[in-house]
Amino acid sequence: MPNHVSFVEKYLPYILIAPALAYMLFFIGYPLAEGLHLAFTVNGVFSLQNVEYLISSPFSKFWDALTDTFLLVLVIIPIQVAIALGLAMLFNMKFPARHVALYLVILPLTISDVAAGLIWYSMLSANGFFNKILLNIGLIHQPIYFFGYQYRPMEFLAIVITEVWRATAIVFVILFAGLQMISRDHIEAAEVFGATPWQRLRYIVFPMLKPSLQAALLIRTLFAFQIFGVVWVLAGRDIPILAGEAYYEQVELHHTGVAAIYALIIAAISISIGYVYIKLFKAQYLEEGR
Amino acid sequence: MVDVHLKGIVKRFGKTIAVNGINLDIRDGEFIVLLGPSGCGKTTTLRVIAGLEKPDEGRVLFGDRDVTYLPPRERNVSMVFQSYAIWPHMKVYDNIAFPLKIKKFPKEEIDKRVKWAAELLQISELLDRYPHQLSGGQRQRVAVARAIVVEPDVLLMDEPLSNLDALLRVKMRSELKKLQRRIKVTTIYVTHDQVEAMTMGDRIAVMNKGKIQQVGRPDEIYLRPANVFVAGFVGTPQMNFFDATVEIKDDEIILDASDFKVRLPKDYLPVLQEYNGKTVIVGIRPEHIYPEGHAPTTAKKLSWVEGTVDFVEALGSDTILHLNTGSMILVVKISGSHRYEIGSKVKVALDLSNIHVFDKESQVSLLYKRQRGVQ
Amino acid sequence: MVESSIVRYYLRKLVIAALVIVVVVWVVTPFIISMLYAFSSKDDYYSPNIIIPIHYTIQHVKMLLDLGATQAIINSVIVAVITILLSFALGLPAGYAFAKFAFKGKDSLKLLIIGLRMFPILVIAVPLVTLYIRLGLNDTLLGVALAHTSMALPFVIIISSSIFAGVPKELEEAAMIFGLDRKGAFFRITMPLALPGLAAAAIFTFIMSWNEVFIASVLTLTHRTLPAFILTSAMAAPDFIKFAAGFIMILPAMIFVFIARKYLITMWGITLK
Ligand SMILES: Nc1ncnc2c1ncn2[C@@H]1O[C@H](COP(=O)(O)OP(=O)(O)OP(=O)(O)O)[C@@H](O)[C@H]1O
Ligand SMILES: [Mg+2]
Repeated sequence: MPNHVSFVEKYLPYILIAPALAYMLFFIGYPLAEGLHLAFTVNGVFSLQNVEYLISSPFSKFWDALTDTFLLVLVIIPIQVAIALGLAMLFNMKFPARHVALYLVILPLTISDVAAGLIWYSMLSANGFFNKILLNIGLIHQPIYFFGYQYRPMEFLAIVITEVWRATAIVFVILFAGLQMISRDHIEAAEVFGATPWQRLRYIVFPMLKPSLQAALLIRTLFAFQIFGVVWVLAGRDIPILAGEAYYEQVELHHTGVAAIYALIIAAISISIGYVYIKLFKAQYLEEGR
Repeated sequence: MVDVHLKGIVKRFGKTIAVNGINLDIRDGEFIVLLGPSGCGKTTTLRVIAGLEKPDEGRVLFGDRDVTYLPPRERNVSMVFQSYAIWPHMKVYDNIAFPLKIKKFPKEEIDKRVKWAAELLQISELLDRYPHQLSGGQRQRVAVARAIVVEPDVLLMDEPLSNLDALLRVKMRSELKKLQRRIKVTTIYVTHDQVEAMTMGDRIAVMNKGKIQQVGRPDEIYLRPANVFVAGFVGTPQMNFFDATVEIKDDEIILDASDFKVRLPKDYLPVLQEYNGKTVIVGIRPEHIYPEGHAPTTAKKLSWVEGTVDFVEALGSDTILHLNTGSMILVVKISGSHRYEIGSKVKVALDLSNIHVFDKESQVSLLYKRQRGVQ
Repeated sequence: MVESSIVRYYLRKLVIAALVIVVVVWVVTPFIISMLYAFSSKDDYYSPNIIIPIHYTIQHVKMLLDLGATQAIINSVIVAVITILLSFALGLPAGYAFAKFAFKGKDSLKLLIIGLRMFPILVIAVPLVTLYIRLGLNDTLLGVALAHTSMALPFVIIISSSIFAGVPKELEEAAMIFGLDRKGAFFRITMPLALPGLAAAAIFTFIMSWNEVFIASVLTLTHRTLPAFILTSAMAAPDFIKFAAGFIMILPAMIFVFIARKYLITMWGITLK
């Protein structure tokens, strides 16, 4: 009997973790296997038909989707990180009503991509707030059109604006949390010894914030490659993106195999990024455990 | 090198008043110590001088330059932070070199000075390490080294030796003091260690509850405390305090402390005249109470009291007696090692030339009233 | 000299204030505008001279609700609740194990879970369809909730382990000395102390599920959750219906955030690290 108790005690943590882990592994492992199966078989035999469709069919927007997704990531991420870093520095200073302002600034965190798309649609549509303001103060005489196939660059811009508005808050929260962990004294010490604001940023804040910055960068990149709702609401397929094409092929065309390839591509990109992140996290983790 | 003047400094944090109207004039090249209990506003005062906090009221002057609104980096000050604030991502060498790099010193000069400071603080072999590889005391010395490599106008030190072992602390005290004498930098030194304050300070400013209680030379603070707080805060064991009623009859002053009476010499008449019939607080240091046979020959005016030994602390160099006189305890310090039986009766003499009398209401010393706020 | 330093001091304050105001306005204006437009009358919206609507109506919101949004909201809530129940039932024990036990392979397992969190969850939607068709789960709310659970689970584990770790071990040990077993100590001591944090985590999970659109759209056809419903139906509708849709979507999230605001920043800090 006592033996039995110690057996349970010994394996208790594993018993507690096992169901959750099994669940996750199943829900990721099975779809991955099934995805490969769907992508590379047609009627039960191995086939590259789906790949051919993807790459060379006139109905497939694969290459556009690939370039546009990367383009969006490349444009959005640097803007978000720069703004978030500035914001984190700003909010690290003392000013009245700081907590209220902080709360307001992180509001977009809770907003889904679809809702963010709708919100910015109301801002930027031809009869929207933005155009009405500019028209009424006389800066423009014709509304600026953001939406519609013939205005694709403007659609791109609208997506960038919306994503910056929506997801900068996530980067900000990570950086701000990192900044808060740097003791205020560390920055003040530099100030006392004569460092200018720029020198403080360059020699103290930046190096100390590096782990948070890397984490923010990677996590944002990871999610940016999955961008879907905002684009779908604001531009539909005018600006094709990987997740959007997967959705379209699956839901509209029932090309499950093609959709599966898209899914696998997104997975591959994410796993590569995640791999970098975990290596980094592990290094940092071990350092902390020192 | 500059004289520093604090004029009516008030600093609040929400509802707490950290500093409550501080006036202090610090001479050029002076070593002044801010001494006070935890939370009395010492750090806040330093931070106001450094420019890290803007006072809610009052002004800070360096010489005749008003620096109240000036950011820290335009004040040419240097500071040892209470939390050390050693940058974790820089090696010890780079930490110490940072102020010099910012001020664009040439490389050889930086190297020379860093090595000199490290030598002085006995951390030369640590220069190549990161802060997390150091002990608390070593980090603290890095913080001190970093503060002294530059020659600032004002050197601010917030409990810079608090984390060192006793031996090293004594050594560092004298090193810092010598250094300060040599480079003659105006130094404001925060501590709650009274030995440190007594041995290092040209003058001491005793603080409590955001206010300066007394400013003066160490001996002044010790011998002529301006109020009950200063009298009680400085000196170990603490000064004995007891309430007594003043009775003046035909030029004779008697302090009636219920357990015993003390007959004061006539010299006290002018100050105690108006307290006839009132209660005052009487204070006397343990080292100014002598058991029979231990009174120094120089002590002329004595008043004898008898008590039972309650408790004895044998410290080796000193013996501390706790005497029960009936309703209160008198602590007596005798130098040297002596044996006393617990419960035995001992007669002790109060040295009346070292007695202190304070107003019961205001707690201000009646004898050294004029001492208060002496600059 | 004195004057110039005072001027610079207040100038600095002014610049900071101005920057904060700009940022807050930038973030908040779209919220306000989209809410106003959701309730503005048709004429006000199309009139070029009326920037801030004057005439308000609940017509659009009502229309949207009648079109099927009501059912979609109910569906969304059902999915979110099942997700919370499932992910907490599976995740809390694991979180507790990570917080309170030392065991071999703990670090690797934790890393694995963090790694799994990185996995793009929308990827699983397409292959799941075929599985669900076989299992009869296709186009069911349970099916969506199952997928959402796999998305929420790593989060629940990480957050609950940090919440449990925040409850001092001594408290539980003291309880065990006074005669409770480990289970009793958990339910009588740790759980009540962890409850507020866990409630916030549940709200967070709710929002995650409420906001998720890709999986929900792919896995359902008639039993749409709100975002899926809006994505497929409301997009073809006139502008003001879209605004109404936006409003309905953000409202619960905002309310929940308001309730749990104390925990949110730390929570996001933990999950995003
Ligand atoms: N940033 C702050 N916010 C709120 N209160 C503060 C802040 N800094 C100091 N205080 C309060 O002001 C008072 C004085 O603090 P200060 O740090 O100056 O004390 P101190 O004399 O340095 O104490 P110690 O010897 O413990 O270092 C304390 O009551 C403290 O709680
Ligand atoms: Mg202090």
